[in-house]
Amino acid sequence: MSLLDIRGLTLSTGGQTLVSDVSFSIAPGERLGLIGESGSGKSLTALATIGLLPRGFRVQGSIKLDGHEVVGASESAMIALRGATAATVFQEPLTALNPLMKVGKQVAEPVVRRHRRAGETVDRAAVAREVHSLLERVSLPDIDRIVKSYPYEISGGQRQRVAIAMALACRPKLLIADEPTTALDVTTQVEILDLLSGLVREDDMALLFISHDLPVVARVTENVVVLRRGEVIERGQVHAVFDEPKHEYTRSLVDAATAFDKALGPAR
Amino acid sequence: MSGQVETATMPNRRGSLTLTVGLVLVGLHVAVALLTLMWTPYDPTGMSGGRLEAPSLAHWAGTDRLGRDLFTQIMIGSRIALIVGFGAVAIAATIGVTLGVLSAFATRYLDDILAAAFDILIAFPTLLLAMLVVAATESASLFSATLALGIAISAIVARLTRILAKRILSMDYITAARTAGASWPSIVFRHLLPNIWPMLAVNFALQFGLAVIAEASLSYLGLGAPPPNASWGRLLQEAQGTVYTAPFGAIAPGIALVTLVIGMNLLADGLRDAGDPTRRGRQ
Repeated sequence: MSLLDIRGLTLSTGGQTLVSDVSFSIAPGERLGLIGESGSGKSLTALATIGLLPRGFRVQGSIKLDGHEVVGASESAMIALRGATAATVFQEPLTALNPLMKVGKQVAEPVVRRHRRAGETVDRAAVAREVHSLLERVSLPDIDRIVKSYPYEISGGQRQRVAIAMALACRPKLLIADEPTTALDVTTQVEILDLLSGLVREDDMALLFISHDLPVVARVTENVVVLRRGEVIERGQVHAVFDEPKHEYTRSLVDAATAFDKALGPAR
Repeated sequence: MSGQVETATMPNRRGSLTLTVGLVLVGLHVAVALLTLMWTPYDPTGMSGGRLEAPSLAHWAGTDRLGRDLFTQIMIGSRIALIVGFGAVAIAATIGVTLGVLSAFATRYLDDILAAAFDILIAFPTLLLAMLVVAATESASLFSATLALGIAISAIVARLTRILAKRILSMDYITAARTAGASWPSIVFRHLLPNIWPMLAVNFALQFGLAVIAEASLSYLGLGAPPPNASWGRLLQEAQGTVYTAPFGAIAPGIALVTLVIGMNLLADGLRDAGDPTRRGRQ
């Protein structure tokens, strides 16, 4: 059974259809890339998956997350479903963390919540140890200092690692990464990508990776769905799609990426 | 390196100075207000000197036209002002923050209705609204004045809370917390309120000042705390007739009013700087 099964998803607001008839599924442990230019509806699709669309959207079709129907589900049912099933890492590391809460406390929050939901007693020292090991897993240096830092006191790359640690703390079956490296510089990008794909493999999580950047997607996922103006125009294995794009739009994306790489050429 | 150290410490000193002056001014009023519960220099309602005496060692602020000690009445005025200020802000904060947060979380339809209601309430001048509420109660009392001002101010607090909350709720860390399965009370109390609190606190202090002034206005119009509760507004009104022959009767309560309002505003600024880690040692 698939972990995530989206069928005929159509999202509209104010008379405009932004996503139409999108279907795809993710098996447990599968890594899927969702790519397309800005405005192609990829982030909306991701938000719909976890029932967090902005107000005023009409949702048609079906989204099954771990066997539960998301479309039309109550908020309380969704709260129970989220976290255990899916967690998210966002694009902008600056707004991804609560600016007024120390890093250690923020990472502890999902840890404590997971233990509470499992009906276990929460021991402060055990939580601190788990926070420490989570931050170790995302390869943060100088953890004792970072735990006591506020988000503005650490770098963008470090903040993104903290955000990943928080997502890991939920032990989700599906990790949704919405352009997690777009706001970072190229070297940091590669580090974060390698970190993400390593972690996903270790924990046997499924990954829904959203990006407009082909090389980035090719680095972390095995399958890809190409979206354009809210419609799926091509899908398949990453390398098959990128080596022999069938649709003209995909071809133009690939060409653009190649041209960009050529222009950067020596610098890379 | 040394430059960095300097820029890091200078604003701190400035911030703590603001906080200190604010604390001293407000603390002074609080101390005086508490003192009046046990002791006043003279009986506030009894004649203790000649009429309209100028300030002297015996009567620090002079006497009014009935020969009552003005300083005693101003001290009691501190108590009235603090009760009305804190009471009104507490009422406004409870109603306003609750409605504002509710509005930010509500469906679009309910949110529109609430937002329109706030705007209509704000369109009424605070004083006029307060007068309406006082008129609707049995008689003018300390309680009715406090309640009236609290209700009038709550719309302003609600609108501010709604706007601030909406901005915070659109942040990624809120969405991330929600994807991670955080319930809405946890979102409100752990993420939302701490992040809008610095802005709200400054606004509360501002509203506190406005409430004190509005209470003085209500008393001036005879709609505030009734005698023998000597509100500064009533002192000002009584001093009005003799302002040319005995100006101290208007100046002294005026100074009391100004020091409390300024002290509250400085305190709020200082608290905001101290409570916001991104401002601490930066700016």
